[in-house]
Amino acid sequence: MNLLTAVLFLPLAGFLIALLIPRSAAQASRVWALAVSLVTFVASLGLLAYFNRSLAGPQFTVDIPWIPTPDIHFHIAADGVSLWLALLSTFLTPICALISWRAVQKSVKEFYAFLLLLEFGLIGVFLAQDLFLFYVFWEVSLVPMYFLIGIWGHERRIYAAVKFFLFTMAGSVLMLAAIIFLYTRAGTFSYPELIDMLASGRLTFAPGEQMLLFLAFFVAFAIKVPLFPVHTWLPDAHVEAPTAGSIMLASVMLKMGTFGILHYCVPLFPAAARACAPWIATLAIVGIVYGALVALVQPNMKKLVAYSSVSHLGFVVLGIFSFTQFGMDGAVYQMLNHGISTGALFAIVGLLYERRHSLEIKDYGGVATVAPWLSIAFLITTLASIGLPMLNNFVGEFLVLQGAAIANFSWAIWAALGVIFSACYMLWLYQRVFYGEAGQEVRAHIPDLNFREWAAIIPLLAMMVWMGVYSQSFLPPVGKTTARVLEQSQVNVPYQVRNAPAHRASPGALTARLAGPLPLASATGTTEVARAR
Amino acid sequence: MPVNLMPNPGDLVRILPEILLTVFGTLLMVLDPVLRSRSSRAFGHLSILALLGSIAASVYAYANSGPAFGGMIVVDGFATFFRVLVMTVGILTVLSSYRFLARQDAETSEYHALLLFSIAGQSMMVASGNLIVIFIALEISSISSYVLTGYLRDDPRCNEAALKYFLLGSFATAFFLYGIALIFGSTGSIDLMAVRAAVTGQLGAVATPNFLGLAAALLFVGLAFKVSAAPFQIWAPDVYQGAPSPVTAFLSTGPKAAAFAIFLRIFLTAFETGDGWAPVVWLCALASMTVGNFAALRQQNIKRLLAYSSIAHAGYVLVALTAHSGIGASAAMFYLASYAFMNIGAFAVVGHLSGKGERYQSLEDFAGLSQKQPFAAALFTIFLLSLIGVPLTGGFFGKFYIFKAALESHLVWLTVLGLLNSAVAAYYYLRVLVMMYFREPSEAVNASEPLPAGLSAALVVSAVATLFLGIFPNWVLDFAAQSSVLIR
Repeated sequence: MNLLTAVLFLPLAGFLIALLIPRSAAQASRVWALAVSLVTFVASLGLLAYFNRSLAGPQFTVDIPWIPTPDIHFHIAADGVSLWLALLSTFLTPICALISWRAVQKSVKEFYAFLLLLEFGLIGVFLAQDLFLFYVFWEVSLVPMYFLIGIWGHERRIYAAVKFFLFTMAGSVLMLAAIIFLYTRAGTFSYPELIDMLASGRLTFAPGEQMLLFLAFFVAFAIKVPLFPVHTWLPDAHVEAPTAGSIMLASVMLKMGTFGILHYCVPLFPAAARACAPWIATLAIVGIVYGALVALVQPNMKKLVAYSSVSHLGFVVLGIFSFTQFGMDGAVYQMLNHGISTGALFAIVGLLYERRHSLEIKDYGGVATVAPWLSIAFLITTLASIGLPMLNNFVGEFLVLQGAAIANFSWAIWAALGVIFSACYMLWLYQRVFYGEAGQEVRAHIPDLNFREWAAIIPLLAMMVWMGVYSQSFLPPVGKTTARVLEQSQVNVPYQVRNAPAHRASPGALTARLAGPLPLASATGTTEVARAR
Repeated sequence: MPVNLMPNPGDLVRILPEILLTVFGTLLMVLDPVLRSRSSRAFGHLSILALLGSIAASVYAYANSGPAFGGMIVVDGFATFFRVLVMTVGILTVLSSYRFLARQDAETSEYHALLLFSIAGQSMMVASGNLIVIFIALEISSISSYVLTGYLRDDPRCNEAALKYFLLGSFATAFFLYGIALIFGSTGSIDLMAVRAAVTGQLGAVATPNFLGLAAALLFVGLAFKVSAAPFQIWAPDVYQGAPSPVTAFLSTGPKAAAFAIFLRIFLTAFETGDGWAPVVWLCALASMTVGNFAALRQQNIKRLLAYSSIAHAGYVLVALTAHSGIGASAAMFYLASYAFMNIGAFAVVGHLSGKGERYQSLEDFAGLSQKQPFAAALFTIFLLSLIGVPLTGGFFGKFYIFKAALESHLVWLTVLGLLNSAVAAYYYLRVLVMMYFREPSEAVNASEPLPAGLSAALVVSAVATLFLGIFPNWVLDFAAQSSVLIR
């Protein structure tokens, strides 16, 4: 038992106790869920305090044998990437609890219980160090989200919920086959052990075998991300989900996919990942441009934000498959950024829906005159989402584009198109919803933010600024972990290490990067790798 | 082989469970007039007592394990596993029958006596190493089941189901018996060990090897009928739909588990060395999974849906059988145990909601169950998630072990196709969840009565067992792994 175990199991304990709260005491359910999620968040801040930033490997390891045959362990740990993603989950859950305070009036007890169960599953996915345990959490997180969409969603919720479940399930059964196959080859489910065996050459795959295993994992993750051709479940799920569901889905659940790619696909099957990189990067770029273009013409706000997610997540995948330090750092940073800014977008859209009961853009207009503070909050979020400097997305997109440029310059050009389009669709959305003449309905129904809503939105805005201004607070542990992933994938391009100025600051210092000559500044990342070796 | 016709005490101990069940079954019928005037619930109490007693007797017999009656009965871990399983299934069936029978005004001693006889047959069947004893026990079990299927004699669906079950079941039995005859003809023995010796050539070349292959095929057909594996599954949907719900719950778990037990015993004992049957089982497994899952997608009747799902699950167990290994056998045993709990639980909820004369059987009738009866809906959710194969339930670990065994035997394609099948299956189980949670209450739900005590007990036991098997599977699995070694 350590702090990490406590962070993982607090939501589960909260869920079990929430089931005992009588149905009539709706307010008690709300308060309980908020309290549990806040305590979990504080506990996870404790993790941050005790996290040793100078280490690249997993920390707070807990390894307890669970099932003897086959050898399955309850093995959890946090590294520089999973720590932040777990924190993202614990950070957003209380916000979801606050945002849903008034919006959810039906089966309140069950709603908050499922929210806590979802938090448990999501944290578990990021912390699991045992492939079997990972799969367990992966599937467990599916169930509460299915109910969140299906029970508290909008009109077509049943279709969306079933589609969401089946898409994920179809992807993950093949991953299960691959996990079992890995076990029959390696005799262990332990992720660190597998990495060790691969590094020492005790475990090798034939090329074809490795490719199939890679694809089995990758398809499961790509569906979750979602990557371009398998993204169709996402707009449905997002539009139909209740606000809290959309926030958790977009901000954390999609990261299960990108985290999986970074944490499992690349280090376990490096050669296959490298071989597929051009194809996957192409799909990612198609996703970036396609998502942005489709977002441009959406009449529905949630659908617009959903397609913008497809576009943003394309950046993450592109960053990972650039196989550069920059690209990977940027990808991880972009996962967190997207979690914060898209979470905020869905939260504010949810607040608008709660007031006006419509998601259609044409039903709005002139909101800025009746609700100025709400409009400012949305403006900051919009600018962050576009990638304005000094706000969070800029850092991530910049790093990803830089990484992509090192790997293949034309990738960067195409992906940069997505940044331009994102300004178009977001600003146009802002113009149509917030500017102009306020109609009768808008005047009558849209009050400004109240205290509870401020409490939910302020932390998100604060994070956007903090992550945009001082990325140094976040990036060093990420850089340590991604450098390790790069090393495990053994796909560094040697000549860049040769050109690297040895005195260059560690990656993550944005100012240092901006100061350097652009193409060569890219080498800073690889110095880190060189030093790690 | 010398057969001692005078039973000695050791032999009697080893068939004590069957003796107990038969005595209690007879007693029930004899005491019928006395008990009926007092309380009709007494039949149920007495059968539970009998079943608990016979579980204790099975454990006691296991403590004195070994062959009895000159090898006709073999009490080993394998037999004990299935004995306890079918008796537990019996207890859960009785528990969920109390209120069901009262609602149909059909509380009689025959019902419980037949149930006990059927279980006695299954218990004998799994503990036998002799083909003729297996056959007789199979018949005891089957004939009781035929009658149980037609138990609500005023219901035409019930009669149709019983007749179908009887006719097709008799065909299957004939196949099985013919197989035994051919085995006797070509090896000169009906004892599984002796047959194995003949097949492996320890007694010199078999005179008619073709007959032996034919015999194996006939036995396979007979057993495939009993476990409702494709392409011999046609009877299952009609019978499962027509039979009273608790009986359906029983049929799809107890006799099926016992039939799989002899399947495992015959094919992993007598024919273990033969490879000829593996491709046949491979095809049969894939066909069962595919036919069951795809047919279930479009069912509107919950009992038919679960019937097709039961065919698909038979397919999963056949995958374990195809793996043709000790791990495969233990995976099949584990799966049958977890399947028994989740399926009995599911049918118990179905029976609870069906109302008088089993009016409410359609999927629509489950609409809004979560609002009126959240507890029943929550437990049904656990069973359905387990049937889908979501982690932390017995159903997931069962599938996991089965496909692990298959991959270790290099059945990559069967594994991939089987797992994809389980993703397809998720759809129709989700339809039930959709109804229960995402729709407004139906007439059936509004008319339903609160959960009676006996049924609640059956549901809670099944749900706890399902979760327990999902979180701490190794207790059962270790026992299965040990005893699957013993059967050879």
